[in-house]
Amino acid sequence: MILIVAEHAGGKLAKSTLEMVTAARESGREGPVTVLVLGQGVAEVASAAAAVADQVLVADLPQLAQYSAEVWAAAAAQIAQEGEAHTVLIGGSRSGREYAPRVAVKLDAPYLEDAIRLSVSGSALQAQRYTYLARVTETVEAQAPVTVVTVKPGAFAPAAASGEAGEQYDVELELPTPRVEVTGRSVEKSSRVALTEADVIVSGGRGVGSPENFAAYVEGLADRIGAGVGATRAVVDAGWRPYAEQVGQTGKTVQPKAYVALGVSGAVQHLSGMGKSKFIVAINKDAEAPIFKVADYGIVGDVNQIVPALIEAARK
Amino acid sequence: MKILTLVRQVPDAEARVKISAQQVDLEGTTLVIDGMDEYGVEEALRLRESGAPVEEIVALAVGPKRVEDALRTALAMGVDRAIHVETDEKLDPIALSRVVAQIAGQEGAGLVLVGGQEADWDSQALGAATAERLGWPQLTWTNELKVEEGSLTGRHDVDDGNESFRAALPAVVTTQQGLNEPRYPTLPNIMKAKKKELRKETLDTYGVQPTVRVVNAEIQTRARLNRMIDGKDPQAAAAELLDLLRNEAKVLA
Ligand SMILES: Cc1cc2nc3c(=O)[nH]c(=O)nc-3n(C[C@H](O)[C@H](O)[C@H](O)COP(=O)(O)OP(=O)(O)OC[C@H]3O[C@@H](n4cnc5c(N)ncnc54)[C@H](O)[C@@H]3O)c2cc1C
Repeated sequence: MILIVAEHAGGKLAKSTLEMVTAARESGREGPVTVLVLGQGVAEVASAAAAVADQVLVADLPQLAQYSAEVWAAAAAQIAQEGEAHTVLIGGSRSGREYAPRVAVKLDAPYLEDAIRLSVSGSALQAQRYTYLARVTETVEAQAPVTVVTVKPGAFAPAAASGEAGEQYDVELELPTPRVEVTGRSVEKSSRVALTEADVIVSGGRGVGSPENFAAYVEGLADRIGAGVGATRAVVDAGWRPYAEQVGQTGKTVQPKAYVALGVSGAVQHLSGMGKSKFIVAINKDAEAPIFKVADYGIVGDVNQIVPALIEAARK
Repeated sequence: MKILTLVRQVPDAEARVKISAQQVDLEGTTLVIDGMDEYGVEEALRLRESGAPVEEIVALAVGPKRVEDALRTALAMGVDRAIHVETDEKLDPIALSRVVAQIAGQEGAGLVLVGGQEADWDSQALGAATAERLGWPQLTWTNELKVEEGSLTGRHDVDDGNESFRAALPAVVTTQQGLNEPRYPTLPNIMKAKKKELRKETLDTYGVQPTVRVVNAEIQTRARLNRMIDGKDPQAAAAELLDLLRNEAKVLA
């Protein structure tokens, strides 16, 4: 079987889980697509998963109320072994890419990380992935009885509910006690269109000047044209914007129809997260800024003058 | 406590990537210590300087002859000695973790520091895989770290924000930008580093085979329009850009 470990948050099944179901069905690997739901109070998540999967395994336990790499790895490996899974799919989120390697080691399995495409070649599983700051696409393969894969968010279309709901089964788990104690948590919330779902993204860099200007220019323009808001790492590190909005190597990878970069220099680590956008627009006062090399439309100018004019013109 | 800090060597971030025979070709490329690993080296030094009970800091690299340069940099930054497992074999992170874990065991390390994301292969797997092999807890995306007798506290990024944590040692920590500002090796330290131990080992000792094979690599560049609009008249520039986005790119209604 193909085992998918569900990602969910706030009692809702995450879109990434639906994407993994598509990845599983398109992979060419045989067997029922099985979703494992780990958590507490996850009945709703489990039925949402049942709408797209062949079967759903549910572990609704107090020890699973909070994510822990050690616990999630133990749970996924145990179910993979008992169910004789040949393919284990895990979300390519921060947490997914954190515990998936532990699952691979537990199962003595190879690990294909951050896959954007899956296929079968003979008895090997092949995955495509971006490497070298998303400048290279590599095809990698592993040949083993079981392979662990993380799936890059946004790379596959979310699966739509099929006619018949999959069966749900409760599973028993033997779980370790997590050794990392969480002593505080700060959750970042962005009220806007999720970056990975936005058709258009307006993104700001240090060149916009201040958090106030960021609100006026980046959010102002985004609201005007119905776009999501992105930011560079420099802006996030400075505390102007939440990490949830960071685009790049260590932030999100986005692929909107249009990406509008305001006061963004275009460092390779930023390009690696947005370089696959269909159209790239750059406004920067430095004609030599690297962002112009990847831009479809560029304006050499001061954001303080150009952006208010843009917001005004977009109003018409 | 002994700290083991891993260093990898990667192309300079700005370097052009070349492909030959369907594989990434590093011939003639400037190679540097992976920035993410450099945060690990720096953090080990800072932990000791801040009075944490650190007996020794050992840098480890697995790779071809040239990787020595990255180890020399780590020695010049201030680590005490280095181990180089010399091999031309390209090991994926799961295979590599086998080497790192064995050495951490032999050395009796109490803390292993690994870069959070490789700048070349973009993998985040090595720290977690090493932790699992050692049976240790792991902290990833760490941007604040304090070590006391037997335990570790700090802060790290998670899916939807960040968390402060406490964990018992031994542990594996993966580092990232923001944790510290790595120091530049000074000339006297570069001279001193030449006398420090750089032990050579061979991969055979560790009985490790790659588990993933690279079938091919391609550079996919999209041709961009590179259409520049004069910004001297902001109103005219704004109107022209909106017109292009609506009528040429058709991305705005
Ligand atoms: C390991 C690592 C990981 C990283 N990950 C990421 C990542 O995920 N995402 C990311 O973005 N970065 C990342 N970075 C950081 C990256 O290298 C750059 O430092 C960062 O992207 C720069 O942000 P910036 O363009 O906002 O700022 P700057 O580089 O300061 O550029 C500001 C730009 O604004 C322009 N400007 C200034 N004033 C004006 C004005 N009035 N009008 C118009 N233009 C103006 C300037 O000409 C300049 O080009 C990472 C770095 C490392 C080492």
